[in-house]
Amino acid sequence: MDFTPDMLASMAKVEASRDYNIALEPRRMDADEKDALLAAYHPDYRQDAFDTIKVGPNAGEKCPKELLALLEANSRLTELKVDLDKIDYDVDVLVIGGGGAGSSAAIEAHEAGANVMIVTKLRIGDANTMMAEGGIQAADKENDSPAQHYLDVMGGGHYANRPELVAKLVTEGPAAIKWLNELGVEFDKEADGTMMTTHGGGTSRKRMHAAKDYSGAEIMRTLRDEVLNRQIPVVDFTAAIEIIKDENGRAAGAVLLNMETGKVLVARAKAVIIATGGAGRMHYQGFPTSNHYGATADGLILGYRAGAKLLYQDTLQYQPTGVAFPNQIYGALVTEKVRSLGAKVINKDGVAFVHPLETRDVEAAAIIRECSPDRNNGVDAPNGKAVWLDTPMIDKIHGEGTLEARLPAMLRMYLKYDIDMRKVPILIYPTLHYQNGGLEIDANDETCVPGLFVAGEATGGVHGRNRLMGNSLLDVIVFGRNAGKATAKAIQGVKLGKLTLKHVDEYAAQLKEAGIKSDIVSPKLLPNYARGRKSI
Amino acid sequence: MVTVYLMGKKYEVPEGLTIMGALEYAGYQLVRGCGCRNGFCGACATVYRIKGERELHAALACQTTVAENMYVATLPFFPLEKQVYDIEKVKPDAQIMMQLYPEIYSCIGCNACTKSCSQGLNVMQYIAAAQRGDFHTCAELSFDCVMCGICSSRCPAGISHPQVAELARRLNGKYLMPEAKHLTKRVKEIEDGLCQDAMEAIMAKPLSELKELYNHRDIEK
Repeated sequence: MDFTPDMLASMAKVEASRDYNIALEPRRMDADEKDALLAAYHPDYRQDAFDTIKVGPNAGEKCPKELLALLEANSRLTELKVDLDKIDYDVDVLVIGGGGAGSSAAIEAHEAGANVMIVTKLRIGDANTMMAEGGIQAADKENDSPAQHYLDVMGGGHYANRPELVAKLVTEGPAAIKWLNELGVEFDKEADGTMMTTHGGGTSRKRMHAAKDYSGAEIMRTLRDEVLNRQIPVVDFTAAIEIIKDENGRAAGAVLLNMETGKVLVARAKAVIIATGGAGRMHYQGFPTSNHYGATADGLILGYRAGAKLLYQDTLQYQPTGVAFPNQIYGALVTEKVRSLGAKVINKDGVAFVHPLETRDVEAAAIIRECSPDRNNGVDAPNGKAVWLDTPMIDKIHGEGTLEARLPAMLRMYLKYDIDMRKVPILIYPTLHYQNGGLEIDANDETCVPGLFVAGEATGGVHGRNRLMGNSLLDVIVFGRNAGKATAKAIQGVKLGKLTLKHVDEYAAQLKEAGIKSDIVSPKLLPNYARGRKSI
Repeated sequence: MVTVYLMGKKYEVPEGLTIMGALEYAGYQLVRGCGCRNGFCGACATVYRIKGERELHAALACQTTVAENMYVATLPFFPLEKQVYDIEKVKPDAQIMMQLYPEIYSCIGCNACTKSCSQGLNVMQYIAAAQRGDFHTCAELSFDCVMCGICSSRCPAGISHPQVAELARRLNGKYLMPEAKHLTKRVKEIEDGLCQDAMEAIMAKPLSELKELYNHRDIEK
């Protein structure tokens, strides 16, 4: 696909201003400027995109309309039959989800001697962890400390973060990196072993560890290999469609659905870990997404019906730099590391209108403003306006070959469409990237439902109302491991009572009482992209 | 519109779609053969041939644009042979490859693996490095592997290349790359409780003070 004449004309201005823009350090916004910008332009602040939850523990709170429709939808068990007396899998710990959090949890539960099993609706590793490119934060350098990291996380999250979760995240960060390194993850290092670290948006220290721009993929494939080495059972292409409880109200397993044959199965467990990840494929407010195919908020639906609470379900992260052109990869992630390495965000006239390393919510809002009719400084792209990310700056700053060595995945992605990002800038616009909120947990990963644990992107509270780059990979490792260890302890002495799905019926009765009727079922499991077909 | 043959059946799809987009445009609801949709997970391995041409191409369906008269077959699963080992007990020498993946020494040098790689990697070269016990080179050359398995589907020697490379990378990351001493030191400091006071102090600060600290923190150049 070729650049349009308009694009080329604008690109010439970006090139002409390159040397000037490289030397320029755009001013960082102060707190008041950021607040005003977010209120006016960030999608989380658009009132018409949200509605009020009417039923359940979060009744009265704001929720994206698309998520609310699933919370108010019918259980899949209204259409499918299940016999709780016929147990197909009987384990100590059931992990739902095969991404970074689920795999870390399974490894630690196994290490602690528990009989653990993973179920996942796609394959192990089909997860947002696999697609995390830029890196993972941890305060392990001399000029840094967990307390400094804590400050960055709290400020970036608008102080809405749960302090005890943040303290855990940052304090156990270095040990998480060491654990991964000892599993064989190939972090970028200097010849003497020093970790190569960079900034991310909103970091005050260079603490972003990376494995080129395959950071998440390198971590995920290592964790997957370790799960397989330990011979932990992985039941793939099998979704959880409801949490099962026992008669005493303890989480006691899940109803499973074979995604290919439609067969319904029962897994009984003394503890359950929801590690189902994010929600990009919900396409909130019509945004494209950088997320994997299965990111449909399933865990939030499962947990909420079982009585767990949501936290910050109304806040999503839009990664400032999603692909705006070419159309084939619309919405795909352009890692923040591109900006960490010095590329700046430039408007159609060649002006660097925002500091490239503001926090993601601020950076995204600034780009949306620049492209809005209020400023009209965007370039016409196939799906609306877009701005430039001036990638040739990287080799100009750090020397030829840097981009290829540090960003091979990005370079490959664009070269497939004959765009050499070493030589020409790329067009970007914010893309739906991360679910900041999720199910509420304590520092043990447990919800208010005994025996029901959550780890990773399906939780809320760790990142407040905005997550910093590199803290999601850290989150899935720290809290995934934590959940594995916590469940291995929690199952000691547990004697399960009779299994029940009473809570599902009770929730349905509450919906009915509130006058809510739905003609869809949830969890969603997969988006429907098949033209002219009904969803799974 | 472009004419494509999905599993041999003819469809007309708009120009500019990826192969995955074409499948969905034709009405396929994908379950297998679709993962990250961004070129990182290897779920959508696909082979195709342009009508009338001899060469068989391999690609990721999410990263490849459809072309006129493309005959497409998806390869959503390929049985790779993964050997089980204990990363704590293995040693990074050629012995381990002979023990776990002896078939790599049956490589006949046909280079079909390299020619079929959806990531454009030099697969045969990294297998050669693994044969020599040069895990560093094997790890470097294979780093961008998404483990789609197309290489193995083309291999007359029955090698599971992605699994060989995975072992090499883990050995390299764990045993061959130098230790990050600052990391070891910081982990010990935390274990010894040396970071605890500072953490408690910052957690105890009222919100107004925390905001002051954040808004005026020094940012490393």
